[in-house]
Amino acid sequence: MKMLIDLFLTFVRIGLFTFGGGYAMIPLIENACVSKKEWITHDEMMDITVIAESTPGPISINCATYVGMKKKGISGAIAATLGVTLPSFVIILLISFVFDRFLEIKWVSSVFRGIKIAVGILIVDAAFKMILKMKKRPLSILIAACAFTAVMLINIFALRLSSIILMLVAAAVSLAVYLAGRHKEKETKK
Amino acid sequence: MILLELLAGFLLIGCFSFGGAYGAIPLICEVVLYFGWLDEEKLSYMIAVSESTPGPIMVNMATYIGSSQAGVPGAIIATAAVVFPAFLLVIILMAFLKNLIKKGAAQAILNGFKSCIIGIILATGVYMILINCIGNISGISIDIAAIALTAGLSVVWFGSKKIVKKGVSPIILICLSGIAGVLIYGWN
Repeated sequence: MKMLIDLFLTFVRIGLFTFGGGYAMIPLIENACVSKKEWITHDEMMDITVIAESTPGPISINCATYVGMKKKGISGAIAATLGVTLPSFVIILLISFVFDRFLEIKWVSSVFRGIKIAVGILIVDAAFKMILKMKKRPLSILIAACAFTAVMLINIFALRLSSIILMLVAAAVSLAVYLAGRHKEKETKK
Repeated sequence: MILLELLAGFLLIGCFSFGGAYGAIPLICEVVLYFGWLDEEKLSYMIAVSESTPGPIMVNMATYIGSSQAGVPGAIIATAAVVFPAFLLVIILMAFLKNLIKKGAAQAILNGFKSCIIGIILATGVYMILINCIGNISGISIDIAAIALTAGLSVVWFGSKKIVKKGVSPIILICLSGIAGVLIYGWN
């Protein structure tokens, strides 16, 4: 029980003090779980990053679930995940009660009209960072370029096509190319 | 009914948001606009609020949208739904399939997802800037102030990376843009 409370509180603290989400959280988790508490090793921390990148959903949730599961099984995973989610849940819930009334104030709406511009830049920047980091194989570049073009057309002409469909097609193409490559390898070995 | 919609919508987002928060934003926009929960304007405000408050951006967005549509129960359902797929997948991977993600076929599928989402994120950001500056196809209106602000903030954001290695933080950019908003669009 003590371990569960410790997991919960540690992740509450992590959830409370990370701004910007995702990757901003990894150094904090490393500091709390590897250096201070010694719950996991540095190598396991690397494993977590790989798992977080290979699974959908918030990276912090992936990390919390992993550490909790490692230390205390399912109940630990639940405690850590609840902990990391709770602070933002409470803060946003409070904001949501007043946000609409708040926006009716003229200067607040001016502030947000300015902020809207910054959000566009931040999203483009996030994409740039991912492009720099991605492995530049021809297939990956082709898929990214096709997805970009498709979503631009969908947005501009208000077409009805979900980006989930695009993702599934991309995964299928990528898998097909991989399998074809392996098939060829086997053929040449014969 | 609305609770079921929130559950389905955010489960879907939780299942397909690879690449962290920014990978989720295009999906959240799509689902939110599909169900008509918020308009585009409000949605970009909430992205900024989520970015400036602590915690995972996806959780922040889910909590706000859930709460705005169906109060506290809505907030709980949307938040739980967006978290659940990640939670379940990590547990399954850890318990049974430790080596699965290292397999070639699994890697190929993941690469497809990830490459695709990079294009989707870039398009979402570029289109958002386009809407701010010149409007959409059904109402083109050129907004000089917004174009100037986009240029100015881009110079600050990308220029600061040339001076300091990490550049300014997103929160500073959001604060600057808010101040500029008041200067341009007025206090009263």
